[in-house]
Amino acid sequence: MSGATSDPRGGSIAGAQRAIAPRSGRPWTFYVLATLFALYVLALYGPMICIYILSFQDVRGGLVFPMKGHSLHWFVDLFTQVRTGDVKGSFDRSIKLAILVTILTVVISFLAGLGFRRRFAGDGVVFYMMIGSLVAPGLVLGLGTGLLFQALGIATSWYGSALGAQLSWTLPFGVLVMFAVMSRFDDAWEEAARDLGASRWQAIWLVIIPVLAPGLVAVALFGFTLSYDEFARSLQTAGSLNTLPLEIWSMTLNVTSPSLYALGTVTTIVSFIIIGASLGTIVMIQKRRGGHSPSSERSA
Amino acid sequence: MAGTATQTIDRPARANLTGWLYVMPLAVVLVPFFVAPILVVLAASFFSTDGFGGLTPGFTLSNYAEILRSGLTLNLYLSTIKFTLLTLIFTLVIGFFVAYFLVFHVRNQLLAIGLFLLCTVPFWTSNIIRMISWIPLLGKEGLINDALLATGLIHQPLEVLLFSDLAVVIAYVHQLTIFMIVPIFNAMARIDKKLIEAAVDAGASRLDIMRLIVVPMAKNGIALGSIFVMSIVMGDFFVVKVMSGGGSASVVGAFYEDVGVLQYPTAAASAVLLTLILLALVSLILRTVDIRREITQ
Repeated sequence: MSGATSDPRGGSIAGAQRAIAPRSGRPWTFYVLATLFALYVLALYGPMICIYILSFQDVRGGLVFPMKGHSLHWFVDLFTQVRTGDVKGSFDRSIKLAILVTILTVVISFLAGLGFRRRFAGDGVVFYMMIGSLVAPGLVLGLGTGLLFQALGIATSWYGSALGAQLSWTLPFGVLVMFAVMSRFDDAWEEAARDLGASRWQAIWLVIIPVLAPGLVAVALFGFTLSYDEFARSLQTAGSLNTLPLEIWSMTLNVTSPSLYALGTVTTIVSFIIIGASLGTIVMIQKRRGGHSPSSERSA
Repeated sequence: MAGTATQTIDRPARANLTGWLYVMPLAVVLVPFFVAPILVVLAASFFSTDGFGGLTPGFTLSNYAEILRSGLTLNLYLSTIKFTLLTLIFTLVIGFFVAYFLVFHVRNQLLAIGLFLLCTVPFWTSNIIRMISWIPLLGKEGLINDALLATGLIHQPLEVLLFSDLAVVIAYVHQLTIFMIVPIFNAMARIDKKLIEAAVDAGASRLDIMRLIVVPMAKNGIALGSIFVMSIVMGDFFVVKVMSGGGSASVVGAFYEDVGVLQYPTAAASAVLLTLILLALVSLILRTVDIRREITQ
């Protein structure tokens, strides 16, 4: 926290902070709010860390502390026991589905982001359709989709109806992220490319996509993780084969051993790998651009 | 579409066409997977059933009559509204002050972004796992009870911690505070710091700044966050089901039970009712904030 005064960019911000925080050091509100923040982060991560620790117990392990031994018993149990269900298969399906959803979310959100830059007749209809899809109860939408497929005589499946149902959840987030990203994109850059003779697609490929790359990675992050953890909309649409969250759901109802925690640990590791890879990619792209680009200057 | 008169309407027409081409894929997904399912549920709410999952097309209001006449419905809504209000209050207070801390008190901008990311990472992990992760803490033999017993504050383990309304609210606040932090953080980050300096120079107290500058300018973020939290809590059922241990009910929980026993028409009617109430609440909030301007600017 010492970098404030030496930070060349923070001039006016540091000034304002001094305005809130008088020159004689930090005000009491800083310490109160810092404590609140620390408690919030503790409450955010503390419980999760508890179950990661508890998943490494040995065969005597229970659902609460104290730890009973150390082993990988419950991880082995998870992937070998039939009684806990088809964890391996559902894991496999969830990853494949998340990859499909990610690709579609990035492409569709990107195009929608380009489209929403200018007003056009009927744009409000699409916009509010998207907001509606975001706030509608997932279980209700899932049931509607299930009934619709039933009425049309199409079997529900994870790669069909569940894929669509998940897109109705990931796309609003993807487009919202695109809005944030596009608000920092200067249309003059595209116009300059067009003036220099680039076709519409060349301008997109050679100018817009490279400039927006970090934002598109963020959209991908939302697409993958929201799909990988999606539950309510998949429940009635995934068909006979479960995705991972559905498997976890049925485990919460009938498994009372640390294998539940082991599954939590495994799925969170996957999430963390995806989050780390995405954030790492964004940082790498920014760095290759030589520190802070004009867009990151204005970002905060 | 030829002639001089079309010259003027030609450009907007082209802009409309390009705009629609760009958002077409989005619409192609949302029509069959959002609009159509809603219409199907709406239609099903007027159908009758043979009790075995078969739907008989027709038009009857008996499903609505049934849920409106049932005393259970009111209880379900009261319980759901109670959880929604409690969650809104806690997420708003925590979210507001966390965002305020990050924007106005953390002096290093990189550190602020880092701490902001620290808050958002759990959002990208499984909600169900984050929910069950409270079991080792809140359980009868959990850490909190152990700690309280050790300090001698209590002599019997508290049973209200887990599988209770308290646990439900804790799980909601745990999952949803981020939906308040992000929009409020965005709104606050847009406040020109010079404005605050000017206010200080003009003799404003810290409370004045909060009351007259920060809160009004963060209002849109608060509205947006409230819409998220409200719609998620009202549309949720698994947090209530798992964290209350079956003791508390919710509107969508009852819907899920209905679907489980193939009572599609009553489930659909209850879903339509819930959606209408949710729509009314959301549009009430939208009257105070232009969400589209807020999001796209």
